[in-house]
Amino acid sequence: MTYSLAELLIVASAEAWRNDGEMMATGIGPLPRLGSGLAKMTFNPGLMITDGESFYSTIPVSPGARCEPDNVEGWSPYDRTFSTLWSGKRHSMVGPVQLDRFGQANISIIGDDYKKPKVAMLGARGFPGNSISHPNSFFFPSHNKRAFVSGEVDFVCMVGYNPARYLGGKQPAGLDLRIIVSDLAVLDFGGPNHAIRVKSLHPGVTFDQVQDNTGFDLVKPDTIPTTPAPTEEQLKIIAQLDKYDVRKKVLKGDPPGDRR
Amino acid sequence: MDAVVSQLKDGMTIGIGGWATRRKPMALVRAIARSNLKDLTIVAYGGPDVGLLAASGKMKKLVFAFVSMDQIPIEPHFKNARQAGTLDVFELDEGMFHWGLRAAAMKMPFLPTRVGVGTDLLKHHDFKTVKSPYADGEEFIAMPAIKLDVALLHTHRSDQAGNTLTLSMDPFFDELMARAADKVFVSTEKLVSTPELEMSKNFRFNMFERAVVTGVVEAPGGAHPTSAAPDYNLDMEHLKAYVAGAESAEAWAAYKTQYIDVSPEAYLEAVGGLDKLRAIKAPAY
Repeated sequence: MTYSLAELLIVASAEAWRNDGEMMATGIGPLPRLGSGLAKMTFNPGLMITDGESFYSTIPVSPGARCEPDNVEGWSPYDRTFSTLWSGKRHSMVGPVQLDRFGQANISIIGDDYKKPKVAMLGARGFPGNSISHPNSFFFPSHNKRAFVSGEVDFVCMVGYNPARYLGGKQPAGLDLRIIVSDLAVLDFGGPNHAIRVKSLHPGVTFDQVQDNTGFDLVKPDTIPTTPAPTEEQLKIIAQLDKYDVRKKVLKGDPPGDRR
Repeated sequence: MDAVVSQLKDGMTIGIGGWATRRKPMALVRAIARSNLKDLTIVAYGGPDVGLLAASGKMKKLVFAFVSMDQIPIEPHFKNARQAGTLDVFELDEGMFHWGLRAAAMKMPFLPTRVGVGTDLLKHHDFKTVKSPYADGEEFIAMPAIKLDVALLHTHRSDQAGNTLTLSMDPFFDELMARAADKVFVSTEKLVSTPELEMSKNFRFNMFERAVVTGVVEAPGGAHPTSAAPDYNLDMEHLKAYVAGAESAEAWAAYKTQYIDVSPEAYLEAVGGLDKLRAIKAPAY
């Protein structure tokens, strides 16, 4: 059975929400969003997923589509989204521009001059509050040293496991970084002192390849499994959740998932 | 529109309602852009409102958590101003921003929060901390009140007295902005009589009481190119023309001549008229 890399990443992303129970799932970008939808339609029906605007939908809305009226199951204006996220009942998967060895993430500026940044991006958005309130995972469509930086990110928007920055030396109670899905591997924070380790390698990718594209040392377990291929049922559900085939346009050339 | 702008002064702190590309009081923003006002501090969940004022040189300082146009993630005029190093910024988390407005609305000097801990927001801005007086003894960031001289908000319906209806799916934080401000000017799609508001049915769309409203101005299409759903949706085509205006000084001058240095009526005509706005299909998010 053939499958695309995008489909492999959707399936790998879905795993982030497997054991979350009933909470808000937010996947930023088409592939994490489809991942959250796949999780809801298969192993975690308790997930609450918005249409990207103000409604929770019963069936996850396809990227590029609008929520049909009879598919609305709840309301999530921004005020309530903050209440939800501060309560901890949310798990986001976000795509920062930079991530460092602590799991600190950046979407604000590039460069070391805050007054006159080399590149101005979005601003901190909700990253600071998200990172200390509820579980977070990450998605990187292109695993390279510009994304996985050496040293610290240029501007810490999301808190990571960096004790030097904790207020009063205490780790924020809600800080809970889960997995990182990239186009090369799935990583987590399961190394010593939450160091980032390789959890699974995508078919045809070696540890050295991941390490060579990362700006800091990765933890290498003795055995590293291969990221599970999508099942036929998963591929069918993904196709239903993505009726405009947006997943085929996310990664350049829509490469195959098995690169052996 | 100009009557509202005549009550604004150089150096004021002005809050702009809405969120990114949704329900921004753009007719009022354009009126500020063509005025002689200068050195403003703008407080906004930013979209093209911030970009337009940046490109017009009206803004000295920006209080923000993001500036983005959602489907077009990077606001090019904001990006240009930020990279030129000409803009003072007070960058916040979205929730800290919410908390700062709430503190001002409650007449509190600050509200405690965990948000911001561990981030570079603390490195570039002078936040104080406060310790819980209770047994937990936890240390918090004291998010200072964001007091506004003026709030500019766009609503769907209003009567002359300032009884308003905000009919969109998300009211955002307009209520907090209204309460955080000394003066509140409301633009509205349609000025109606009080009975026409049908308030007994529509009360859930009434975000704040008329006592906080200083003045009301009718502005059909006044949120364009941002959305004022259900009356009309985001105009992506116009947003693209606006973005193209960031490519060069000449491009901006052309945009400004056509869309900013004109009366609200001429603007509406230039973008195709109200019927055209109402026919724009809703975008997907």
